Amino acid sequence: MSNHENHPHVHRDDEAQKLGMWLFIFTELLLFGGLFLVYSIFRAQYPQNFHESSLELSVTLGVINTVILLVSSMSVAISLTAVQKGNYKLSRLMLLLTVALALAFMVNKYFEWGAKFHHGLYPGSELMQLLERGHHLYFALYFFMTGLHAFHIIVGVILLLISYVKIGKGKVKSDNFMHLENAALYWHLVDLIWIFLFPLLYLIS
Amino acid sequence: MSNETEKHQSYLDDQGEYKGILGWIFSTDHKRIALLYLYAITAFFFVGAIIGLMMRIELAAPGETIVKPQTYNGLFTVHGVIMIFMVVIPGLSAVFGNFLLPLHIGAKDVAFPKLNRLTWWILMVGSVMAIMTQFLRQGPPDTGWTFYAPYSTQTGTSVILATTAAFVLGFASILTGLNFIVTIHRMRAPGMKFFNMPLFPWAIYAASWIQLLATPVVGITLIMLIFERVFGIGFFNPDLGGDPLLFQHLFWIYSHPAVYIMILPAMGVITEIIPTFCQQKVYGYKAIAISSLAIAGVGFLVWGHHMYTSGMSEQARWFFSLLTFIVAVPSAIKVFNWILTMYKGSIDMKPPFLYALFFIFLFIIGGTTGLILGSVATNVQVHDTAFVVAHFHYIIFGGMGFAFFAGIHFWFPKMYGRMYNFKVANWGAILLFIGFNLLYFPQFIIGYQGMPRRYYDYLPQFQWGQIISTIGGFVLFTALIIMVTNLVRGAKKGELAPANPWKGSTLEWTIPSPPSLENFDTDPVVKANPYDYNS
Amino acid sequence: MSGNSSHHITPYRTLGIILLILLSMTFVTIEITSFHLGAFTVTAALLIAGFKGYLVLSYFMHLKHESVLLRILVAMVFVLFALIVVITFIDYAFR
Repeated sequence: MSNHENHPHVHRDDEAQKLGMWLFIFTELLLFGGLFLVYSIFRAQYPQNFHESSLELSVTLGVINTVILLVSSMSVAISLTAVQKGNYKLSRLMLLLTVALALAFMVNKYFEWGAKFHHGLYPGSELMQLLERGHHLYFALYFFMTGLHAFHIIVGVILLLISYVKIGKGKVKSDNFMHLENAALYWHLVDLIWIFLFPLLYLIS
Repeated sequence: MSNETEKHQSYLDDQGEYKGILGWIFSTDHKRIALLYLYAITAFFFVGAIIGLMMRIELAAPGETIVKPQTYNGLFTVHGVIMIFMVVIPGLSAVFGNFLLPLHIGAKDVAFPKLNRLTWWILMVGSVMAIMTQFLRQGPPDTGWTFYAPYSTQTGTSVILATTAAFVLGFASILTGLNFIVTIHRMRAPGMKFFNMPLFPWAIYAASWIQLLATPVVGITLIMLIFERVFGIGFFNPDLGGDPLLFQHLFWIYSHPAVYIMILPAMGVITEIIPTFCQQKVYGYKAIAISSLAIAGVGFLVWGHHMYTSGMSEQARWFFSLLTFIVAVPSAIKVFNWILTMYKGSIDMKPPFLYALFFIFLFIIGGTTGLILGSVATNVQVHDTAFVVAHFHYIIFGGMGFAFFAGIHFWFPKMYGRMYNFKVANWGAILLFIGFNLLYFPQFIIGYQGMPRRYYDYLPQFQWGQIISTIGGFVLFTALIIMVTNLVRGAKKGELAPANPWKGSTLEWTIPSPPSLENFDTDPVVKANPYDYNS
Repeated sequence: MSGNSSHHITPYRTLGIILLILLSMTFVTIEITSFHLGAFTVTAALLIAGFKGYLVLSYFMHLKHESVLLRILVAMVFVLFALIVVITFIDYAFR
């Protein structure tokens, strides 16, 4: 083992970085898991009310958002493949596309939530408190789960933009791309959560 | 092989970019971070202990003794919050896990040293927030550290700040667990397979998984609680369709595995100490390693035993009771293994070993009373009584606490390069043991006789037990002062310690006391059997 | 000890195909949930979501080409979650 000189000898371990990100993803799964648990209990208790409330949501917007996220997962995966093949231009383009899709998702969310707010339906509103129990719980879960998910989209976007900058600076390249790989993993997690959120909130028959 | 010539630079000497206290707060050296955790936790422990003493004085006589009822509620709440979130959860993992894990596996640090440093800063931020709850105008939280709905969603006290503090502190736990898991998977010295690791890393590994996977559940639960207070989301409010019991489920889904975060590293420490002071290899290495994982795994499935009287279905009570008895088995296995390790060993009664023996005794009492609690029929009698209080103090304080004291006396020479006074340490341990039992044993008795927990006032027939208990508290506290003073004196002026004062066989004893910054100046020699006392 | 990923690069074509499958599965879900199959509707929707999740995990998140250890860990986390849900329902289903 050598002594350190002035700058520490960088001992890279990509597998460690990747394992670390997967472990972090596990924590996110359990975090949302708590909400999915609450959802499943209340849906089992108020199946009719949950169905009725879900009709208030626009399935079209939900589908559009689902498609947006699925495509964005592909685009970030393309970005990673591109970096691994040394095609930095394509990689950055795909990252921008991913971010653009994410922003489109947020815009949709803004309209969705906006419509609800406009009708007096928001966490803590008087109308919410007056709803029948199952309806109330459904909307409480709707705002909480989509809100927490949206927060994670913002975090994901930040990570993706950092990767974008790093590729430009040559810090992420075909033989050193862990940062992008990890950012992509995080983004896929965001997509994964939505894959379950969408049918559970929008498609309750 | 010891090599404490002057040219060896210890990690305690400033050698980085920063000097003095900044050199500590900004250090990424796992050994310094371990000591930072040690000092923080010790300080928090004493604050929590003094609050405990105040509770003991209040309880020494029925009726109001020194505080009003509302204050008393605040005291037991903050006592729990400090002890659980700021002392025993970080506890052994953050102190000994940080110091010893890299040494045990022959690594020069953990996988993510900067992340490690961040976790200590997070502990500081969260702790400041927790302490602040005591001084807000709304008054300190009075819900108990368990924050049960519906009271926690309605009380006017500073619940939001307290739960936010707990949320923040949770990140320290999660990130430490993450760091240790990656460290164990990726940084073992060449030649060290999983089954060549000492048993302390196994314990840390199992506990780290719990830290990683269980903590997010309480994280989201606390946010639900905060949103209930702020937005009235109603998950736990029957008027809005919710269920208070759901809070209990979510809370204990974390908080039960959390107790294994506390006890697994403690068992790991004991498993290092016993073979060393018997100079014999551990009996049943594989059993202990696997049982650590089993405890962690099964420990996720027993949470409902905190809720037998809450209104759960009969089937749930049945299920949780069965699983609770199952999870006791691997713990019992460890106790047998420890005792069998001692059999025909060459026993050296030094302070670490004395503490370890006390641990086994207290852990057995704590564990078997856990079975009384785990069985539904008997639980009904003792739930929410002082019996529960006694049980968990025996396990957490008698178990984890004594293991902590054992560990600090064991690894002290390695950490500070100095020795402490053995005689004072041993007498301190004995006094601690006496005080501990005086403090908590009567609680079992008055508990099953009907003394409720978290009650400020009580019937005169329980006073005899409360008085003995209070006396015990003061004896215990005195012993703690003796112990800490002895250690502090040792750190400052103790005799210089050799590399291997206890004839230990694990890798930390092959390097100087205290170690150098990067631990191993030559590549560590990995033995197939980490407990080989013959070479 | 270096752990540099000398690893498998997912071809663009694969990524495109996976996306197409995911999109078609999304539309299948919408169709299925428009029928009233009672409790089976949610089961079907969740099964399809599970399959979509499996595709994202295996191909986009590259699990198919990662170590056995990682695959076991991921499975373990989902199993843990499933157990927690099922066990909680032992209370709620029988109250």
